[in-house]
Amino acid sequence: MTTLLASIPRAMNAPELSWLGVVILLPLAASVVCALCGALKCRTKLPAFVTIVALGASFALVLKAYFEYTGPVEVPIFEWINFHWGSGGKFQSFVADCALYIDSLTLFWMLFVTGLGTVITIYASEYMEADTGAGYSRFFFGISIFLFSMSALVMGDNLVMLYLGWEGVGLASYLLVGYDYHRPSAVAAAKKAFIVNRIGDLGLALGIFMLWTNYGTVRYDELFAAMNAGGRSEIDWDISVIPFLLMLGAFGKSAQFPLFVWLPDAMEGPTPVSALIHAATMVTAGVYLIARMFPFFELHQDALATVAWIGTGTALLAATIGMMQYDIKRVFAYSTISQLGYMFMGLGVGTTFGACYHTFTHAFFKALLFLTAGAVMHGFAGQLDLRKISGLRHIPGWRLVSWTMFVGCLWLAAVPFTAAFYSKDAILLTALSSDRWDFVLLGWVGLFTAALTAYYTFRVWFRVCAGPVKYEMGSDGGHDSHAAGDPHAHAAHPHAPRWCIKGVLLFLTIGAIASGIPSYRQVLTHAPNWVQEMIALSSAADGAGLPHDGGSASVPMLGETGGPHHATVLGMDAHTGLAIVGSCASIGGILVAFYFHLRSRRSADSLAAWLRSRRLVGWIPDAMEHKWYVDEIYHGMFRMPMWIGAQILSLGDKHFLDGAIVDGIGRLPIVVGKLFRPLYSGVLQGYAVTMAGGVGLILAWVMWVWMRGFN
Amino acid sequence: MTGSLPAAFTPASPPEISIAMLVSAVLFGLGLVGFLSRRNMIIMFLCTELMFQGAALAMVAAARDLMDTSGQVFVIFILTVAAAEAALALGLVVLLYRCRETLSADAWSDLGEGPRGVHDPEPPDQPEQG
Repeated sequence: MTTLLASIPRAMNAPELSWLGVVILLPLAASVVCALCGALKCRTKLPAFVTIVALGASFALVLKAYFEYTGPVEVPIFEWINFHWGSGGKFQSFVADCALYIDSLTLFWMLFVTGLGTVITIYASEYMEADTGAGYSRFFFGISIFLFSMSALVMGDNLVMLYLGWEGVGLASYLLVGYDYHRPSAVAAAKKAFIVNRIGDLGLALGIFMLWTNYGTVRYDELFAAMNAGGRSEIDWDISVIPFLLMLGAFGKSAQFPLFVWLPDAMEGPTPVSALIHAATMVTAGVYLIARMFPFFELHQDALATVAWIGTGTALLAATIGMMQYDIKRVFAYSTISQLGYMFMGLGVGTTFGACYHTFTHAFFKALLFLTAGAVMHGFAGQLDLRKISGLRHIPGWRLVSWTMFVGCLWLAAVPFTAAFYSKDAILLTALSSDRWDFVLLGWVGLFTAALTAYYTFRVWFRVCAGPVKYEMGSDGGHDSHAAGDPHAHAAHPHAPRWCIKGVLLFLTIGAIASGIPSYRQVLTHAPNWVQEMIALSSAADGAGLPHDGGSASVPMLGETGGPHHATVLGMDAHTGLAIVGSCASIGGILVAFYFHLRSRRSADSLAAWLRSRRLVGWIPDAMEHKWYVDEIYHGMFRMPMWIGAQILSLGDKHFLDGAIVDGIGRLPIVVGKLFRPLYSGVLQGYAVTMAGGVGLILAWVMWVWMRGFN
Repeated sequence: MTGSLPAAFTPASPPEISIAMLVSAVLFGLGLVGFLSRRNMIIMFLCTELMFQGAALAMVAAARDLMDTSGQVFVIFILTVAAAEAALALGLVVLLYRCRETLSADAWSDLGEGPRGVHDPEPPDQPEQG
């Protein structure tokens, strides 16, 4: 960050690659087919089939593009927005064509977006089968629209296309969270997700405006060219405000601290949606935005530090909330927020590699975790309370679900030698080896959060999958395939998932394991990390640094500041030390979870009871269970004043605008009529007198004029 | 221009026109007072005829005074229309008499909205605007 010149490779114009536009077009076509299926009341699984084929083809095309990739390219598709005025010079045109910007970051993102999209859609084709013929087409319409928007967001050549995709994924999220629109809670959650995102989107829109006012373009390539030419040297307030505005958009979409409240509620949507949109792909759009615009985040010295602080704070806050939730999906939702916090921390401390790698590994294991939770929900008629299901791995047909969930939990807990261990390691190592004391502090907070993560993750697994067999069925038959045919069959017995769900779980388990391959290769053969290579060739290259080589030489600062675990790091290089501390944190967390939630479940309750009985700390478990009252604070700070204001305005509308003005004008003829009513008595002579009086008046007037004229 | 006109159309002296106007005003006033004070519909009708003639006289006098025949032409038209109207009005009076068995104008006050209008009910109030 000392250099003011960026060195982002310029994109080549490559119209011959326009077949890449099909990647965006295919999900759109699928959404049209799904909409038609809905309109024609299709009673088969055709929408799912169409969506799977379209997304699979998209993935194949992205794969082809990846193998043919040589350098950043710009692919024009068609002219979209093209305004010129004046002489059409730099600040006298607004060009945002429908074009693609393909560099390694785009491909990296598209690979897991379309890949996971395909797999999760296969899962959803079985998961949603109870709604075949009803909401089935609507569901897959939403999924297709989501993939279309996400592709436009990631592949777009300019910020306007990114914004289009950004709003599109928000719309898809709204439609899918509110999928079950009969439930008021789902509708409320959908509205909340949409409205909270509006705040972030305002920041993003303003950021794009500011970028145009300062650089005269919204196209990535030209923006990066401006950066290469030293765009960062002219630091004015209106330039340095850009990263903060973009950051606000990223915080909204990726559920970071002030704006994270929508994500847990978004779990009201069907589970495949939670897995795809609210865990694996859409919520990483914020990470993508910051990685894509990374050079601009160096425009202000505090911008990246703010991202790091917010990210770490969110990671810790969400982890503490996740510890006290009883709904499996909510635990995973808070873990998603927490892991997104890690990604932002990684971006903030300057390792786009760590952030993107963590995004990548997280996409797999979190999708896996959500899908196992969905399988449980599917089989147990909506039961998600981890106190009411136990010993899942002993129930026939559920062995695969429990063990794939175990893998997901291991990965989320960042147990040594898992992919997430390496990706989290990359983030924490950069933080701890930073020469800024506050980043080192954030690194230690991150390590502490890792221990909490391990604890709450395995709290779920030990409660649900291990222990004595004991379960209560949920009350919701909505997601159950047998609900319509045989309502009594599923009431007592859970039905195990079939091959679609099991196959996808297995595939994602393999994917989660495979997402570690870049690190394994790096550790074993000292080959460069694949993800790092991908990032280093993109606009996020500044943060792709090589934190692994150099060993102790690159981490000289650990001796000066440190937390309680400082001694364990001292004496060895930070990489080894961090690996050991990180392993201890995650295994320690798992052991605590093992003791409290498998060995002696009663002791967990007694500990909670004991904590609650202390005056000093008694409020903490309650506060954690109530999500630190963030929702209540929002309610008091924003919703309540707005509600009061609305009431006041409503009264004003009712009594002033409607009452005084509209009704007043309406009453005016009546009042005037009442005034003149006595003149019309019905007596003939009365009218005659009126007439004679009128004539007399006219006569008098004429006389007066006449007399005056004579004088 | 006036030289080519017959002698009957030479301008009258001022006292003549004012006497004619006075007579016409008296005729009109008598008719008006009669119309306002009497209740018998035939008498009231006669009074309107009286007012007509007052106006017609004023016109003839003015025509004579201004040496302009259009006033006299008007009067002929008025007399024609008044004759037709008299037939119509007397027919109406007969019909009205058959309905109420009286010639008093007081029997016909149905159009009234004031306290005297007893035949039609009070119109309903406008509904409150929501």
